[in-house]
Amino acid sequence: MLDFPRWKVWLIWLSIALCVVFAIPSIVPGQYLKALPKSFAETKINLGLDLSGGSHILLEADRGSFIKQHIETMEETVRTEMRRGGDKIEIGDISTAGNRLSFFVRDPAQIDEARERISKFTAGVGMTGQRDWNVAFEDGNRMVLTPTEAGINAALDSAMDVAREVVSKRIDEMGTKEPTIIRQGQDRIVVQVPGLQDPDALKSLLGKTAKLEFKLVDQTATPEQVAQRRAPAGSEILPYSADAGPGVAGGFIAVQRRVMISGDQLLDAQQGYDQTSNQPVVNIRFDGAGGRRFAKVTQDNVGKPFAIILDGQVLSAPNINEPILGGSAQISGSFSVEGANQLAIALRSGKLPIALKVVEERTVGPDLGADSIRKGAIAGIVATIAVVFFMMITYLRFGVYTTLALLVNALMILGVMAIFNATLTLPGIAGFVLTIGAAVDANVLINERIREEQRRGRNIRSSIEFGYKEASRAIFDANITNVISAIIMFWFGTGPIRGFAVVLAIGIVTSVFTGVTFTRLLVADWVKRSRPKELVI
Amino acid sequence: MRPLKLVPDNTNIPFLSYRNWAMALSIILIILSIVLCFTRGLNLGVDFVGGQMVRVSLDRPVEIETLRADIERLNLGDASIQQFGGPNEISIRMPVPHGGEDAANKAAGQVKQVVLKSYPGARFDAVETVSGKVSDELFRTGMLALSLAMLGISLYIWFSFEWQFGVGALFALFHDVAITFGFFALTQLEFNLNVVAALLTIIGYSLNDTIVVYDRVRENLRKFRKMEIVPLLDLTVNETLSRTMMTSLSLIVALSILLFMGPDVIFGFTAAMLLGIVVGTFSSAYVAAPILVWLKVGPDSFIPPEERRMGGDVDNAERITPRD
Repeated sequence: MLDFPRWKVWLIWLSIALCVVFAIPSIVPGQYLKALPKSFAETKINLGLDLSGGSHILLEADRGSFIKQHIETMEETVRTEMRRGGDKIEIGDISTAGNRLSFFVRDPAQIDEARERISKFTAGVGMTGQRDWNVAFEDGNRMVLTPTEAGINAALDSAMDVAREVVSKRIDEMGTKEPTIIRQGQDRIVVQVPGLQDPDALKSLLGKTAKLEFKLVDQTATPEQVAQRRAPAGSEILPYSADAGPGVAGGFIAVQRRVMISGDQLLDAQQGYDQTSNQPVVNIRFDGAGGRRFAKVTQDNVGKPFAIILDGQVLSAPNINEPILGGSAQISGSFSVEGANQLAIALRSGKLPIALKVVEERTVGPDLGADSIRKGAIAGIVATIAVVFFMMITYLRFGVYTTLALLVNALMILGVMAIFNATLTLPGIAGFVLTIGAAVDANVLINERIREEQRRGRNIRSSIEFGYKEASRAIFDANITNVISAIIMFWFGTGPIRGFAVVLAIGIVTSVFTGVTFTRLLVADWVKRSRPKELVI
Repeated sequence: MRPLKLVPDNTNIPFLSYRNWAMALSIILIILSIVLCFTRGLNLGVDFVGGQMVRVSLDRPVEIETLRADIERLNLGDASIQQFGGPNEISIRMPVPHGGEDAANKAAGQVKQVVLKSYPGARFDAVETVSGKVSDELFRTGMLALSLAMLGISLYIWFSFEWQFGVGALFALFHDVAITFGFFALTQLEFNLNVVAALLTIIGYSLNDTIVVYDRVRENLRKFRKMEIVPLLDLTVNETLSRTMMTSLSLIVALSILLFMGPDVIFGFTAAMLLGIVVGTFSSAYVAAPILVWLKVGPDSFIPPEERRMGGDVDNAERITPRD
């Protein structure tokens, strides 16, 4: 057991050297890293937000409202498809109630044709052969479309991908450094932004869907109808904060349901100031098609009020005084400068395909994080010195080996974490403490066993060999169980628990390696070199 | 220079003769802990019950009563103010207001203003908002991870040793976790996700200890086939005593330093670990080992069945098999 073949010795030293080298960027202060190659200097441990300060925001999509939206989109598709081509299919009594889309095909002879026209939207897109929509008929000529679970999930999945893109664009627009934006599970997005002082602006920006629509105000609605929120056919009642105006009553306004122009056709949006009133506004510019459409709509409706609607809320409803032909327009609506700026960012980055809400937020001020690290580091160093002192006076030479092993172990954990770009959090430090504790214990077990074997009258060499051999069994069993719990925690745990599990898993491997293999190498080397006559331990 | 020996060679303390007393003490502690958890309850953090928490460092010691009255005037629901760490550091906890994130932002803003009015130099260290849905999930997954880890470990010990050892380890773990829960109910330290990580650490450490004892039991059972189980366990605990003392003391020293010098944020966490190590050390000797007596572990436990049939009783002497 005490004879190491040469290749093994080299392998041990090489793996230690490799890990220690990779630990360097994580422990050396930033200013000394400039001399190092950039890619190497960046291979380091990330500090979790609980240590470095920053915001962690968990966004969740509302599945219920997404399903509703999904059905409404289908309604639009059905309308367009039925109108298409030479012979229109007359449909009526469209309803989206009860999480299904149902409508009436006027001429029963056209039912097969109607079904044919929407078949490419109801069949699934995936390879699984599952349908996205179930199609059924009631009372002969009423067609009922119900979204299937698979269809909803597929639509949700692609909507979440787009949402992630939009969220990351918005955060970039805010000029935030090094944000992490990842999807989590089916309907969640995690946003982590280091070092942000005030996350409120970020949160309200992410909470905005930024669905911009232009619709004509329905001037036929009477104030009574609006106040009772009963919309005339083809119109809807939306909240509007203005007190008076055509079609306005009690904080609501009636607008036509038909969307004249939508925010999808925007090319740019910038915060600016109104030239006469000097109020903050958002200047928008349409793309080619959008500009032409805008010109036509304004030409056809001169003198009528035009509602600008954001996320189902009317911002303003100015009169169209003259046709707007240049493809540019201005959105006013009693904004603050910050509010106008946020809206401009939201419009530039596009609308979220799905409404997101903040379900979890954790913000740690940078001072607290720095405080924690400094105090933690000092306490850690003092504790290490105490343990090292204890080991030295108890095991003398073997205590020195133990100390070396602990030091190398700590560096190796840091090095391996750096190679994987792992994140160190507060619970991760607990994992660190546990593995250091396990490493101390491994050495204590071995050293105590060597003492014991020596008392039984073994010679030096055989005491050491038996000490390592007998102690290894318990060390192995104890660490296997820790591996089991690390795996379970990683699998089932969330955030902080996972952070713990990662450090634990890495630490188990390195502490067995340093505690058993590395110290044995040191001891073997000593025995070979100095051929001790007496073993004081 | 002589090395330090905490435990003299050939120590022989009849640990197991106190096993009934020790077990009675353990059971009383477990029952007390469970009762405390139900009557006094755990001071669950926002991680597990949802809500909002604002952590503030003030420029002078807090006057809790006045501040509480000021905050209550905001009508944000059941707000609680707690001191942690030093007298200048407080945490303010509120339920999640109805009306989504705007309301939550507003509530946090209002609290900040109230605090700044009385303490102009206050520094806001952290804000945590967790919705009810997420906190339920965190609680569920946390408890699931904890229970599964305990179960998985016990299964491994069963396969690696014998079923009695698996039961013993599981019970010892349950003992340590229950008492730690009781400690949190008693002290009303905040029980949050970080504490779950501490619990997992305690499980890891306590298990390490239990395995060291069990490994020695297994070894001695193979070595001394005629020895009664009680003296054999006594021998085992004595043999491992110096290791237990060394390891536990090193960790206790290290953790005490962390407790008093470390950051305030991990105070509860370190306290839990410290307690866990003391309890875990005790449980390995006095819970995990005596269970083997009650579950009737005997010298046959590790003899292969065919050898048992032949009545093969090899020898009673210490068998040293020379190797290499």
